[in-house]
Amino acid sequence: MRALSAVNLLLALGLSPLLLGIINRTKAVISGRSGRPLLQVYFDLAKLLGKGAVYSRTTTWVFKAGPIVGLAAVLAALAVLPLGGVPALVAFPGDVFVLVAFLGLARFALICGALDTGSSFEGMGASREAAFSALAEPALLLALLVFVSRTGTYSLSRMYVWPGAGDWLASGPVLILVVIALFILLLSENSRIPVDDPNTHLELTMIHEVMVLDHGGPDLAFILYAAALKLWLFSALVVGAAVPTGLGSPLLDELAMLAGMGMCAVAVGLVESTMARLRLPRVPQLLTAAGAFAALALAILGR
Amino acid sequence: MGLFLASLAVLLAGAVLAPMAGRGRAANFFGATGAFLGSLLGLAFACLQLAAGGEALWSAPWAMPLGRLSLGVDALSAVFLLPTFILGAAAALSGHSALKGQAGRRPLGAHWFFVNVSIAATALVPAARDGFLFLVVWEVMSVAPFFAITLRDEDSRVRHAGWVYLLAAHLGAACLVALMALFYARAGSLDFALLAGGAAGPSVALFVLALVGCGAKAGFVPFHVWLPEAHPAAPSHVSAFLSGALIKTGIYGLMRIQTFLGAPEAWQGYLLLALGLTTALFGILFALAQRDVKRLLAYSSVENIGLILTAIGLGYLGLAKGFGAAACLGLAAALLHVINHALMKGTLFLAAGSVLHGAGGTIIDGLGGLGRRMPATTVAFAAGALAICGLPPGNGLVAELLMLLSAATQAAGRTFPVALAAWGAVAGLALVAGLALFAFTKAFGLSFLGEPRSPAAAGAHDPAGGERAAPLILAGLCLAAGLCAPLLFQAVLPAAAIVARTYPAGAAEGAALGTASLTWLSLAAVGLILLVAALAFVRSRLLAGRPVGRGLTWDCGYLAPSPSMQYSSGSFAAPMTGLMRPVLRTETDLAAPEGIFPARAAIESETPDWLLESVSEPVFGAVARFCDALKALQHGRTPIYILYILATLVALLAWRLG
Repeated sequence: MRALSAVNLLLALGLSPLLLGIINRTKAVISGRSGRPLLQVYFDLAKLLGKGAVYSRTTTWVFKAGPIVGLAAVLAALAVLPLGGVPALVAFPGDVFVLVAFLGLARFALICGALDTGSSFEGMGASREAAFSALAEPALLLALLVFVSRTGTYSLSRMYVWPGAGDWLASGPVLILVVIALFILLLSENSRIPVDDPNTHLELTMIHEVMVLDHGGPDLAFILYAAALKLWLFSALVVGAAVPTGLGSPLLDELAMLAGMGMCAVAVGLVESTMARLRLPRVPQLLTAAGAFAALALAILGR
Repeated sequence: MGLFLASLAVLLAGAVLAPMAGRGRAANFFGATGAFLGSLLGLAFACLQLAAGGEALWSAPWAMPLGRLSLGVDALSAVFLLPTFILGAAAALSGHSALKGQAGRRPLGAHWFFVNVSIAATALVPAARDGFLFLVVWEVMSVAPFFAITLRDEDSRVRHAGWVYLLAAHLGAACLVALMALFYARAGSLDFALLAGGAAGPSVALFVLALVGCGAKAGFVPFHVWLPEAHPAAPSHVSAFLSGALIKTGIYGLMRIQTFLGAPEAWQGYLLLALGLTTALFGILFALAQRDVKRLLAYSSVENIGLILTAIGLGYLGLAKGFGAAACLGLAAALLHVINHALMKGTLFLAAGSVLHGAGGTIIDGLGGLGRRMPATTVAFAAGALAICGLPPGNGLVAELLMLLSAATQAAGRTFPVALAAWGAVAGLALVAGLALFAFTKAFGLSFLGEPRSPAAAGAHDPAGGERAAPLILAGLCLAAGLCAPLLFQAVLPAAAIVARTYPAGAAEGAALGTASLTWLSLAAVGLILLVAALAFVRSRLLAGRPVGRGLTWDCGYLAPSPSMQYSSGSFAAPMTGLMRPVLRTETDLAAPEGIFPARAAIESETPDWLLESVSEPVFGAVARFCDALKALQHGRTPIYILYILATLVALLAWRLG
């Protein structure tokens, strides 16, 4: 089990950039382009890690600390993330809340780094990121509370267990609602359409991309990698609730889980291909809807 | 107990010596030294008492009728002594160097007298073991800070703030006087030992009086109105003490009085939970909308008091509904947050004081770029902000985690309506945490990062001596408290048990759950720090030998960026203040650009506290008019005063004989 947990962590570290590649590939296929190579994010990371850097004269140590703290926080969060019925490397009661706190730390670091440039653009992105994440946080915790409430345990590794076949009828509706809520949060927290558009570097609609305008070289590589890991993390939260485990052998479970991750990335790509970006005032409504789905799941569970 | 009395003696010696030394440097030295040494002695006592357990008692004959001069410090009192003495020492350290420049120009002797008396009285409130003595020291604790707040009394806003503080404090104190009178009527004594035995019995009226009386001190919505007025007006070392330590006596009063009223009932739990979440959300939303760092911090204190109240509510609910684990976790969370918030808010207020000193103001729209100019203060404020947002490795996360666990254990019980309350608590706590991150990235990011928005900010500098050191020391304590969370949790468990009196089944599991969770949290925080160090090393190795240049901030091809183009406090908060307009009632004054070549345009937004304007000010005005009317009795003519005395004597005689 322990070895499998370590393997899962290595898979996350190694495969997370691939998820971004799958999303881009899906979008390319839908729109009839040949698109970027599947491994483009790896190439980008390698290129950025090999570069020097230029820093604005306005910036201080906070700007340099931002990407480091952000990546460290996401890595720490990954350590408590279970996958495919295999417990995480580190599991303890309350780790579900600590995971959310680590994601908050990553956000804090990124926002402060953006504000350190003194640019009005990056201030705008930081402001929006802070606002939307504040609204996403209750929805995320309510969604995770469904698992707490369902299993009566406080550790992600113990609450992310697949219900037995007999329990499916009872848990099915609850899980479906939670998966919807978590998927909306995945889109919003990872700056995907319909909340943010990862392709708009210089438009007034952007959130995440504008915060990293001034980062370059290894710093940008850290941010890009942290974003990929965060996408992996949220995908695992969605997939863990949507894809069955306990198929007989650990290998089968693992494959089912990886297939699920791939499907999740395809689903993100489909959403991005078929939807337009929401107007900013609509985003809070979307996040409230995610919270409502989670609350409904809780209500069904507690009936 | 000897150490405690020695601490009080040193504090009061400082208080007496300072005014005797005049208003200059000598007064500053004596006052601050007394406060510092007295606080350190008291801190040593509180720590030893917590470690030893049990209750230290001391009493002396007293000539006053009704009361007894009886002091006692048990685990609950000792927990509340910690913030008082830590912040007392920090305020002395910082205040001494902050006030040096004003020696002779302001009455420093009198100022330190009132500061030292405030510290001593704040320490005596949790130590009082008699209702009458409690009221006396409570009153001293309420009045003395008024003079400490109004040090800059030439400013009419400062005088107004002092006035609001005084009225709020006394409306609360009036409730406590009524409360103690009712206790006396029911039990025939105000001895706390007797009352704790249940001599007065449970009562709704007594609970409500305690809630209002203590709430006015602690700052529950809608009694919070004095906090955002008084804290920005006061000198920063006084704000730190008020916000970190003094308002906590309200929490202490609420907890102690509950032990007289018997086991809390479910409705009390629901009420405190609802009030706590309302207070926390209201506080953090208004914090987000503020333009002044110190006002923002004051509203954040309201938020944190709300969090403590939420934790107490969760604990009471657990007690009443038989969730021992939830009760233990909730009450421990409340007590831990009392200590942790004192450290965080002390750091932030003292750092804000350094900003006021170094950059000439705390209005965010006049700050910016302090990171280069005030490195020490920046580090302290960043650490405090990180901690108060509930992010690892700071200490703010500790209580939040315990509260979430407490709510989770109740949610896992799946019994209505407790589970519903628990869901509400989880969602509310999450929203508060998210908004806190918003408010404090604003406070830190806009004030300390970017380009200076005013010449004063461009010329800012770190203060010297204690003013520079105190926030750094407190920031270090924040980190230490975060890393030592399991130890602190164990230390407050006896105090939580005093509040609970008897736990339902499951409290031991709750304590074990909390310890395990916090131990792992500390390990995770250490792991995070190591990861950060490792990644920083990787980054520096990667960049070694490569070109690292410096340039302008990229502003999309526009090569003449100016500091005023940066996001302002209003625009940064706008996405949320716009959404929350029904709650915040932000007033915006827009002079829109006109014509093809607009000459000027301006926008100004302000978020005044509508509860203060529409509810409290009329009440305070009515109180003031009533007091004015009483002046008719008090006109300074001696013969008439003699007539009053004569009339009183005759009346008493008639009553005695008749």
